[in-house]
Amino acid sequence: MDKSTFEEQTTIAGPMHTRLRHDSAHKHVAGTADYIDDMPEPAGTLHGALGLTDRAHAEILDMDLSAVAALPGVVCVLTASDMPHSNDISPSHLHDEPVLADGRVQFHGQPAFAVIAETRDIARRAARRAKITYRDLPHLIDVADAMAQGGELVTQPLTLQRGDADGELERAPRRLKGQMRIGGQEHFYLEGHIALAIPGEDDEMTVWSSTQHPSEIQHMVAHVLGVPSNAVTVNVRRMGGGFGGKETQGNQFAALAAVAARKLRRAVKFRPDRDDDMMATGKRHDFLVDYDVGFDDDGRIHAVHANYAARCGYSSDLSGPVTDRALFHADSSYFYPHVKLTSQPLKTNTVSNTAYRGFGGPQGMVAAERIIEEIGYALGKDPLDIRRLNFYGEKGSGRDITPYHQKIEDNIIHRIVGELEVSADYRARRAAIIDFNKSSRVIRKGIALTPVKFGISFTMTAFNQAGALVHIYQDGSVHLNHGGTEMGQGLYTKVAQILADSFQIDIDRVKITATTTGKVPNTSATAASSGSDLNGMAAFDAARQIKDRLVAFAAERWQTTAEHVTFVANHVKIGEELVPFPDFIRQAYTARIQLSAAGFYRTPKIHWDRATGRGTPFYYFAYGAAVSEVSIDTLTGEYLVDRVDVLHDVGRSLNPAIDLGQIEGGFVQGMGWLTTEELWWDEKGRLRTHAPSTYKIPLASDRPKIFNVRLAEWSENAEKTIGRSKAVGEPPFMLPISVLEALSMAVASVADYRECPRLDTPATPERILMAVERLRGI
Amino acid sequence: MAQASDSIRFILNDTEVALSDVAPTATLLDYLRLERRLTGTKEGCAEGDCGACTVLVGRLSNDGENGERLVYESVNACIRFVGSLNATHVVTVERLAAKDGTLHPVQQAMVDFHGSQCGFCTPGIVMSLYGLWLTNDNPSRAAIEKTLQGNLCRCTGYEPIVRAAEAAARERPLAIFDPITRTREAVTERLKALRSTETIVIRKGADCLIVPADATGLATVLDEHPTATIVAGATDVGLWVTKQMRPLNPAVFINGIAELQRIDRTDAGLTIGAGVSYTAAFDALSAAYPAFGQLIDRIGGEQVRNMGTIGGNIANGSPIGDSPPPLIVLGASVTLRSKNGMRTLPLEEFFIAYGKQDRKPGEFVESIFVPALPKGDRFAAYKVSKRRDEDISALLGAFRIGLDEDNRVRTTLVAFGGMAATPKRAKAVEAALIGQPWSEETVRAAQAALESDYQPITDWRATSAYRMLAAKNLLMRFFLESTGETVQLQRFEDVA
Repeated sequence: MDKSTFEEQTTIAGPMHTRLRHDSAHKHVAGTADYIDDMPEPAGTLHGALGLTDRAHAEILDMDLSAVAALPGVVCVLTASDMPHSNDISPSHLHDEPVLADGRVQFHGQPAFAVIAETRDIARRAARRAKITYRDLPHLIDVADAMAQGGELVTQPLTLQRGDADGELERAPRRLKGQMRIGGQEHFYLEGHIALAIPGEDDEMTVWSSTQHPSEIQHMVAHVLGVPSNAVTVNVRRMGGGFGGKETQGNQFAALAAVAARKLRRAVKFRPDRDDDMMATGKRHDFLVDYDVGFDDDGRIHAVHANYAARCGYSSDLSGPVTDRALFHADSSYFYPHVKLTSQPLKTNTVSNTAYRGFGGPQGMVAAERIIEEIGYALGKDPLDIRRLNFYGEKGSGRDITPYHQKIEDNIIHRIVGELEVSADYRARRAAIIDFNKSSRVIRKGIALTPVKFGISFTMTAFNQAGALVHIYQDGSVHLNHGGTEMGQGLYTKVAQILADSFQIDIDRVKITATTTGKVPNTSATAASSGSDLNGMAAFDAARQIKDRLVAFAAERWQTTAEHVTFVANHVKIGEELVPFPDFIRQAYTARIQLSAAGFYRTPKIHWDRATGRGTPFYYFAYGAAVSEVSIDTLTGEYLVDRVDVLHDVGRSLNPAIDLGQIEGGFVQGMGWLTTEELWWDEKGRLRTHAPSTYKIPLASDRPKIFNVRLAEWSENAEKTIGRSKAVGEPPFMLPISVLEALSMAVASVADYRECPRLDTPATPERILMAVERLRGI
Repeated sequence: MAQASDSIRFILNDTEVALSDVAPTATLLDYLRLERRLTGTKEGCAEGDCGACTVLVGRLSNDGENGERLVYESVNACIRFVGSLNATHVVTVERLAAKDGTLHPVQQAMVDFHGSQCGFCTPGIVMSLYGLWLTNDNPSRAAIEKTLQGNLCRCTGYEPIVRAAEAAARERPLAIFDPITRTREAVTERLKALRSTETIVIRKGADCLIVPADATGLATVLDEHPTATIVAGATDVGLWVTKQMRPLNPAVFINGIAELQRIDRTDAGLTIGAGVSYTAAFDALSAAYPAFGQLIDRIGGEQVRNMGTIGGNIANGSPIGDSPPPLIVLGASVTLRSKNGMRTLPLEEFFIAYGKQDRKPGEFVESIFVPALPKGDRFAAYKVSKRRDEDISALLGAFRIGLDEDNRVRTTLVAFGGMAATPKRAKAVEAALIGQPWSEETVRAAQAALESDYQPITDWRATSAYRMLAAKNLLMRFFLESTGETVQLQRFEDVA
């Protein structure tokens, strides 16, 4: 027995609640982390390309693909009729999403055929040689146009209400109405979509897919091929970013690769060019929000009635739950005594919009903050004072009920905002800015503090489950697998920490393995910020099962009781004896103890009845707040973000380094959504911002010049989550609403803050300048 | 002409390669990933905007001022053609770590400061930061941001990457542990040996690529192939291939021609060879015209500035090219050359109409002459874009004014990009200014004249109304700046 190790080491490397680097960090920087396109290709791999249509809405009269097929190197051309079993990949099961357009084009860029060729270059060249004859149909691109033309919906709308909103609006001392246009957003994951399908024996198909939802890829591939799910295995080790864009949007590439692979009995890879990816896959929904608010002279809200119309595109995809979540966050952090909220998921002839970090929540929340801002300007008060007056109260205050009738029991927004207001020196800086603006002719400044409260759980209750598979091998090394996917968020690292902590072994003894439907079945998408909550608990459960068996074994073998068996740094302590973990495991194996377990978790407490709009859809809430200061140039509308201070709640952090990265990164991504990222369609319904040359995500030089980010270290989740941590993926995305409101304040200065600028988003330099002009005219 | 050479020869990491079977449209990125299986270099956009494919390319540079030296520059492998690589040293991320796996300081800092999340942009960012590390051991935040202008990261928000760059700069291992430093002398000698003194001609199927060894060779090649596509930096032509899949036949690569790389400074002004990159022109231009330097910092990202040339920016005649408006107001002229001789014309006259320039078949742009700014004249160029850096201009205004002793406008030149189908002077504005007192009233009158100079279009970069309003306001900015008022947002005081 090697005594040197156990005498020295009392703690393990990489337990929960410690700063630990991303498990793949070394490989990332060395260029040795393999993404799907980096894997060695099976011999004879073929390559696919999409044939895109160029009409927003049309009937296909004729599709002449002879020139496509004639290009040397082309192996086959697929159309809708080549789908062996079904041409439908609708994730909402409303049968409204074909793999390939079948007779009718519903958005500009919708794929109508696919080319399979010996090389990717040949496939791309061939795809441009099609001659398609169309009969044009009228198209609707914009939300407002879709509303005006009857407002056809892609899915059932939702209404949330409590009290008598319309009556209280009539009775309120003051009332104002407004409209806010909120832009969409392209995910711009750096790794585009990709799928590699490898045919096997009989009906088997293995698919490597850059997806957040391997189980859905599995189901869709099986459905399109007409084989049972057990014939299809989907793998993903890592994605080069997802952000919601790979929750459902990988289906078409995986399905096409699999169909071609089945037909040709060769491996087939689909990797669309960036422009095709941006044209043919969905984005964040843009919204048009109409609001009507009643309030009193102090600024206290009496009632809110608002409608949330969304550009959903041609099919339902996830638009139902996305627009639902917009309503769930239409309250932001505020208590509405009387409220009525309605969603309007509109059909348009644009690509079908999809999940994107926040999933409708940011759109609901930014409109709520607009309402607060409106009240502030109407009363000549700092919007922060209006916020304070309207925050949800403590548990039992009577001001703790949401529009969906869930009581807020873990409210910490008062403390978060209070601490941040002081640490960021908000009041003094605001006064100084107002002073600065009095004497500065061209450059104006603004500052704002906005809160975040974000509900954690899938609102589809069934999705709140997860599985994990843990093996311990005879040498004491641990194999970890779970249903969550790694897209950069550090999920694999966090779950490995949980296992290391459970067994009290160094984290480098835990091998993290690629997510695969063959090891953990029936998984939910890695989405809704739920990855570590769900999969962490499932892994914890697997470890618990194995530990229970090991403890029972030890108690019997060493003739003691279970309470005298503990797992300590890389050892098992039985009575006074320390046994190195590998030695202990070998003995357990010899004694025929099962060293493998499938863990499972389902979130407790939650339930949701969509028909009545009542329930407890969220297990808990994550909170945060940010103060942003900006400068604008009133001659051009250009701006700079001068300083940002953030205080954010992740409960008891599983890994503060990773959580800070999520907050900083989420902030900048959300800031991009609200500032420079603009999706622009022309009159023909063509998206003209379909590449990084035209669609501008933030650069290093756009990030806040001073960026102070802190975790609320005192916070612990009130619920029994893994390590009392909280979800972190989405909530920080809404912190930069403070940037938008600070820009608004800088604009408002040109009219002495008498008027709310009503800045729509994205607040591009153009929108800023035009708002300045509008206010100057008042 | 001597017997043509038949291969592109360069060093890839540690290996010398000679390629004689290369299509004119073959990109470095595809070569690395598909033929060499060096998959650390990623494709993010295939148009030179995201930086995931960043590699360093070492070349022997001689701009006429500093003598010949080996410089390593970050480039976008996705739009860099293999045909443009003769006598260069291509360094990919795979070469950075030591053979035993020990990371380079730049890589280690990225790990230590949590600079990667999804990791897909990371190799490109590592290579951009490595390019900075080689030349700057104490970079300011401004310099780091400038280095990263051509690298998109969607996960981190960049803060940890900037921290990593700062920390890495302080880590200076012995030369032997840095792959470029330790081989610098040997590589210099090898590159000299790889230079071709003859025109390289490679045929692949029906396609042909040509690499002339000198300007005379170029003139000869263009005489034989008057409609050839001349490729300098490929920051525009690259996209013809990767996005439009256009053939280039024949393609004539001119980036290696030493005579076109020269910058000559005299009291009369600057002569900039057509092959001079933005990066190479930066020092000379910003010394003579500081506002030009600030503008260059906002053209493309570092990789694009390392590849793209001012000559190409002129020759392609884009209405939204950033260098023509300032060059026009500075009174620049362009010299065109062919086998039959040379001719020089004012730059303004070079742009005839949208997509049409005064370049005859067989001609190439040889150089641009920019006269010195008369003492006392004021010059400015303002770029307005949706995103501050690495964005194509919504509009760009260039202004120059000379005042007489009574503070009246003696001379003025005003030109805009993004306001018409070509880079174009605002002659009505100039007429409204000339002879008038340099005052806010005069400027207000001149603003109105812009409406007779331009009818800008609406597109995804800006509406017509915004372009017009911002153009008027840029004229006001030019005036206010002359009065000493602070009228421009500056993220940093100084970029060093």
